[in-house]
Amino acid sequence: MSTNTQMTATTIRSSIVVDAPIDRAFRVFTEDFGAFKPASHNLLAVEIAETVFEPHVGGYLYDRGVDGSECRWARVLAYEPPDRVVISWDISPYWQLETDPEKTSEVEVRFVAETDKRTRVELEHRHLDRHGEGWQGLREGVGGEEGWPLYLRRYADVIAKES
Amino acid sequence: MWTALGDPTRKAIFELLLERPRAVVELAGELPVSRPAVSQHLRVLKDVGLVMDQPNGTRRIYRAHPDGLATLRTDLERYWGKTLANYKAVVEQATEESE
Repeated sequence: MSTNTQMTATTIRSSIVVDAPIDRAFRVFTEDFGAFKPASHNLLAVEIAETVFEPHVGGYLYDRGVDGSECRWARVLAYEPPDRVVISWDISPYWQLETDPEKTSEVEVRFVAETDKRTRVELEHRHLDRHGEGWQGLREGVGGEEGWPLYLRRYADVIAKES
Repeated sequence: MWTALGDPTRKAIFELLLERPRAVVELAGELPVSRPAVSQHLRVLKDVGLVMDQPNGTRRIYRAHPDGLATLRTDLERYWGKTLANYKAVVEQATEESE
């Protein structure tokens, strides 16, 4: 499974080629987002019953838990089937919901037909520095040997769960 | 950075450094690899900004880099790498079924 990835300081780019026509590639990415997003990244307290991607600008991406609770973790900023979709990333570095839109980044996904049966999907997650507010305080707390910030612990948890 | 953590030994080293700072000799003592191999892996982790080091007497102490942006990037890198790989499996399955 080859994903091609490169990064600059505040942007991540990743792309993959799939054996599917562009219309289907776009439809599956949006309608079935819940079918492929990693289960380890669940912001709800309970198991996710479904992930909904509202197919219009101003809509939300949200997870609905088995108990009916909801977590709206992205806003749809652009919706242009079958070429392009842009969503906000309303999740803090602690993997918690970020309620201040100023502190959210954005994800653009572009679909490019390579043939009528093959599509390249290019993903760009940018403006990561917008999440940066508040990191300074964390960094100051790191001075001592015991001051490892919460996000590093959280990260270690994620690695442990995935392996 | 995702690639940097794709190697199981490097991942193990990074996890040990998340727990607490350690010297090469300590890392080698906890893993089934030689000291030169540990140093090699540390160099890669240092190059991508996940690990930093500082001299302490005759040896160097390595620690996970306490930089929020670097950590966030690593985390998201893993997230999107995994998401796209899963997506490929799902979309190609759907295509197969429809043909």
